[in-house]
Amino acid sequence: MNSAADIAIDVKGLTKSFGGRVVVRDLSMQVKRGVIYGFLGPNGSGKTTTIRMLCGLLTPDSGEGTCLGYDIRTQADQIRNHVGYMTQRFSLYQDLSVRENLEFVARIYGLNAPVRSAQQMIERLGLQGREEQLAAQLSGGWKQRLALGACTLPSPQLLLLDEPTAGVDPKARREFWNEIHALANEGLTVLVSTHYMDEAERCHEIAYIAYGELLTHGTVEQVIEQSKLITYDVNGGNLQELLHELDGKPGVDMVAPFGSSLHVSGRDEEKLEAAIKPYRASGDFVWTRSEPSLEDVFIELMNRSKDNFR
Amino acid sequence: MSWFSRIGKPGFFRRVKAMLVKEFLQLLRDRVSFAMIVVMPLLQLLLFGYAINTTPRNLPTAVLLQETSDVGRSILAALERTQYFKITHRLTSVEEFDRVLASGKVLFAIEIPAGFERALRRGDKPVLLVAADATDPVASGTALGSLSRIVQFALVNERMLPDQSEPLFEIRSHPRYNPAAVSALNIVPGLVGIILTMTMLVFTALSVTRELERGTMESLLSMPITPLEIMIGKICPYIIVGFIQASLIIGFGVLLFGVPILGSLLLLAALSTLFIAVNLAIGYTFSTVSQNQLQAIQMTFMFFLPNILLSGFMFPFAGMPVWAQWIGEALPLTHYLRIVRSIMLKGADFSDLQYDVAALFVLMLVAMTIAVTRFRRTLD
Repeated sequence: MNSAADIAIDVKGLTKSFGGRVVVRDLSMQVKRGVIYGFLGPNGSGKTTTIRMLCGLLTPDSGEGTCLGYDIRTQADQIRNHVGYMTQRFSLYQDLSVRENLEFVARIYGLNAPVRSAQQMIERLGLQGREEQLAAQLSGGWKQRLALGACTLPSPQLLLLDEPTAGVDPKARREFWNEIHALANEGLTVLVSTHYMDEAERCHEIAYIAYGELLTHGTVEQVIEQSKLITYDVNGGNLQELLHELDGKPGVDMVAPFGSSLHVSGRDEEKLEAAIKPYRASGDFVWTRSEPSLEDVFIELMNRSKDNFR
Repeated sequence: MSWFSRIGKPGFFRRVKAMLVKEFLQLLRDRVSFAMIVVMPLLQLLLFGYAINTTPRNLPTAVLLQETSDVGRSILAALERTQYFKITHRLTSVEEFDRVLASGKVLFAIEIPAGFERALRRGDKPVLLVAADATDPVASGTALGSLSRIVQFALVNERMLPDQSEPLFEIRSHPRYNPAAVSALNIVPGLVGIILTMTMLVFTALSVTRELERGTMESLLSMPITPLEIMIGKICPYIIVGFIQASLIIGFGVLLFGVPILGSLLLLAALSTLFIAVNLAIGYTFSTVSQNQLQAIQMTFMFFLPNILLSGFMFPFAGMPVWAQWIGEALPLTHYLRIVRSIMLKGADFSDLQYDVAALFVLMLVAMTIAVTRFRRTLD
């Protein structure tokens, strides 16, 4: 009883392959209600496939689970009624106006007053004055807003947003995230996929998926801590040369330029210290022990999983 | 000149080749289209090559035999030997005579009156009454022209009647429904069916593939709407479009070509609407089984061609071999042609058309069932 009330998404062992290629492998995740859950991972890592399995658009080859308490295999109809899915590619009707698109969605979901609901959504989205414009004529940012409006219109309990901010300018992105937080405050659960690190920091919880496997999950702090990564911030000297020399050395799991400095990370403290000792002794560089960034953690995870899967 | 001078620009052939290779690769990758390029033309060539016959044989014929002597059987045997006529109905009353023609079950009805042989021997030149369904002049013309010679020959050889240059009897032929053999009367009702078939198929053939290609299908599938609801919602608007189109064609056919509407206009409108719905359902089915708009259009054309050639629009239906007639029975246009010709030219009523109406309903239900079951609610 408790789990159905508190958990929006609960899936175990989801696996899906296309034409013999495994796209999602043995994926399990739990998302609590009312949480903004960030779903991170590189392109082609299986984020879209996972989201589609959650809302019944794809049938998993194996694995099971529930979405809002409904079985993802057998109760796709109920899931459709309570889940808003915003696709990666704009998928409303380009040849219908803003108003017509919203009224269409309102009618499909059987809202009592489709015309009024659409009007209210237009106002909420700040689309007044554009309601008669065809969707095709909207800019990328406005299209995203319209798409978000369309999938929140039927008051779903769960929103699945697939890279909603890809290709949108920073200002529109910020407004978009403010809206998502406002929706979460109203009690909505939001699963949002992205590959922007700054967006990950705006989520209550995150999960990182690469090559079809869920590699880590938790709050941002937990994910960084779990990584057990030791990171040095290096300044001064010829950093480019240093990068090439350190790259691939035993103990150094990742080297990456970070603004004007270089991040050098390793999981094994002793080996890392041994590897960088000669360079520290030279005195050409300033070495500062620091926290790894989320990006350091993810890239290191990805490098590691690449070794496992190739 | 400037156009030609471009050919000389450096790299012209290299770029053309790049384009050519790319197009060829794309063509090979689209398996379904490729199969259609190779298989369909051959299939259609064989199909139509064997099915189409412009001097039709085995035309269904009804006989009202009132003569009791052997002369009747001799005449019938002679008719069947020519292979033009195939006696399918033996009638017993004059009322039936009109009915079988109106319903389109036969193309000819022949009456051999009582006392025919006695009148022949007396030299009275008795009358052989031949009523022909002239709504399709091509079908009835050749057979009708040869009738007199056949019967005369049979009588002289089998009944030992004197061979005279003068015919022994009189054939009173009644080309019914289109006595002047005006081809417009035959063509215009047929065109109503052809034009409706073409436009209706294309309307719905693109409807699902368009959603797939524009990416709107993903949203639509994530919404609580069932395949049946999607289908009905997509078909209904075009029924109105089709109805307007049908009214225009029939209206102008009547105004410009003087084609009569002898039967009920209401019945014609109702059955035309049914025919429109059948074609929309078939187009929609193509849309659910094809992966892109090009495939859907190709399927439409592949379906359209037999509709023209095997439905009785271009060539007499009764003249086709039996297997081709079976294919024809599976095409909606075949049934609609009978309906529209019967209502407009023969003044047929609903009871004459029950079979064809039932066939249209069956075709529609089959198409819709395939469409709804083939419609995938997932993106698997």
